[in-house]
Amino acid sequence: MTYTPLALTLIFVLIPLILSRTLNLGLEKDTTIATVRSVIQLLIVGYVLKFVFDTEHLVYLLLMIALMITVATLNARQKGKNIPGITWKLAVTLIVVEVITQGVLLGFHIIPPTPQYIIPISGMLIGNSMVLAILFLNRFSSEIEAHEHEIELILSLGGTPKQAVHRHLTKAIKASMIPTIEAQKTIGLVQLPGMMSGQIIGGADPIQAVQFQILIVFALLTCATLTSIIFGFLIYPSLFNERMQLIKNSFI
Amino acid sequence: MTASHVIQLDNISYKINGQIILSNISQQVQTNSITTLIGPSGSGKTTLLKLCNALISPTNGQIFVEGQAIDTFEPTVLRRKVGIVLQQAPILRTTVFENLALPRRLQHQTLTTEEALNALIDVGLDESFLMRQATDLSGGQKQKIAIARTLLNNSTILLLDEITSALDPQSVHDIEQLILKLRQRGVTIIWITHSTRQAKDLGDMTWVLMKGELVAAGTTNEIMSSKDSRIQSFLLGRTP
Repeated sequence: MTYTPLALTLIFVLIPLILSRTLNLGLEKDTTIATVRSVIQLLIVGYVLKFVFDTEHLVYLLLMIALMITVATLNARQKGKNIPGITWKLAVTLIVVEVITQGVLLGFHIIPPTPQYIIPISGMLIGNSMVLAILFLNRFSSEIEAHEHEIELILSLGGTPKQAVHRHLTKAIKASMIPTIEAQKTIGLVQLPGMMSGQIIGGADPIQAVQFQILIVFALLTCATLTSIIFGFLIYPSLFNERMQLIKNSFI
Repeated sequence: MTASHVIQLDNISYKINGQIILSNISQQVQTNSITTLIGPSGSGKTTLLKLCNALISPTNGQIFVEGQAIDTFEPTVLRRKVGIVLQQAPILRTTVFENLALPRRLQHQTLTTEEALNALIDVGLDESFLMRQATDLSGGQKQKIAIARTLLNNSTILLLDEITSALDPQSVHDIEQLILKLRQRGVTIIWITHSTRQAKDLGDMTWVLMKGELVAAGTTNEIMSSKDSRIQSFLLGRTP
């Protein structure tokens, strides 16, 4: 793509700006900032990726992945700032998910061990994990809030914290995984996934694009399951103190 | 503390968000007795029971159960020893039997039909309730299920929080008889009640809590004939 058609895509920014001004939505400033940020961020990423791909040095590859995990962790932790240890619990979850999924992909030679494959796939997996963790936190917080008396009942009868939250933990894990499973059911019918679309637009063979998309879809399924379960089991003890007492509003 | 004291409260205070809920409470509960806990709403009665079941910990002071500091117990062991039935205790969305089986399930044990049936009979219900959906029962019946469920933990100390407030007169009578029967079986009971009649008829000892302070404690007869104007006002149903 040359710069002229790229510049013309700004029409897609002008439309919401004009509509926002006409309807007094007050979104002009946010839209402008988002546009400028996305252009700058993507350009920087483009140049960084080019550098990493060209050098093919392991340290740069690991730095890229570490950066992705750090940004995803810092973003997701905003949804549960008051939870003790949330930062390391999120980081551990994302690292385990990345290690296991990439371990399978590289260990079985499903993808070549080059930054061109590892970095984009890592981005998709870590990004998906981040969204899953946020979905899980939202659902788990609501579950705890709605069933505080039931949790207290189980504790009062001599149950452990794990027994007290088990039902709510399971429900939150399932609920956070549903969007991934539902999206998978209609994939290709309702929308063409971003990576596959990108490859087809870029001139790749559609069958090969579909093969890679299948790989991603399956990896995302594991990623969703691992994220919800690992993060769930790491986070629930934060609801209780060492005397097995429920700490009220600990997730707010 | 003597051997006859099963619970000792030693200068207990409890604060939450800077608000004093209980202040400097020291008292003992005699083994195998019924202690009724009376006082206006918001005086800290439920908080006191939760402290004894270790659902919360005191901000200051120490609680001793059978001579042992409460914070040295394994919480799960302590909570089985000191059972609690809270006002309008939650009922699980399942059968009555499954609700009754909960305390055993928490210990990875099973409850026999016979045990469940005996627990139902104890609270004045019959076997027809066993497989019914617990959430379909009336408020009073649910309360009876909650009591029966806690009894299945075989606690030696039982904390009861206004458990008859939602019951009809016959059910109130059944529960009062059950409380007397439990004392005969050697269970020590601390019972929050809003009924001075229940305190008079069943309580061996009575404590009066007001605004987080234990304003009086003694035999129920002593409390009922107290000259303290705050207690007299409360007993006559007036706001002290």
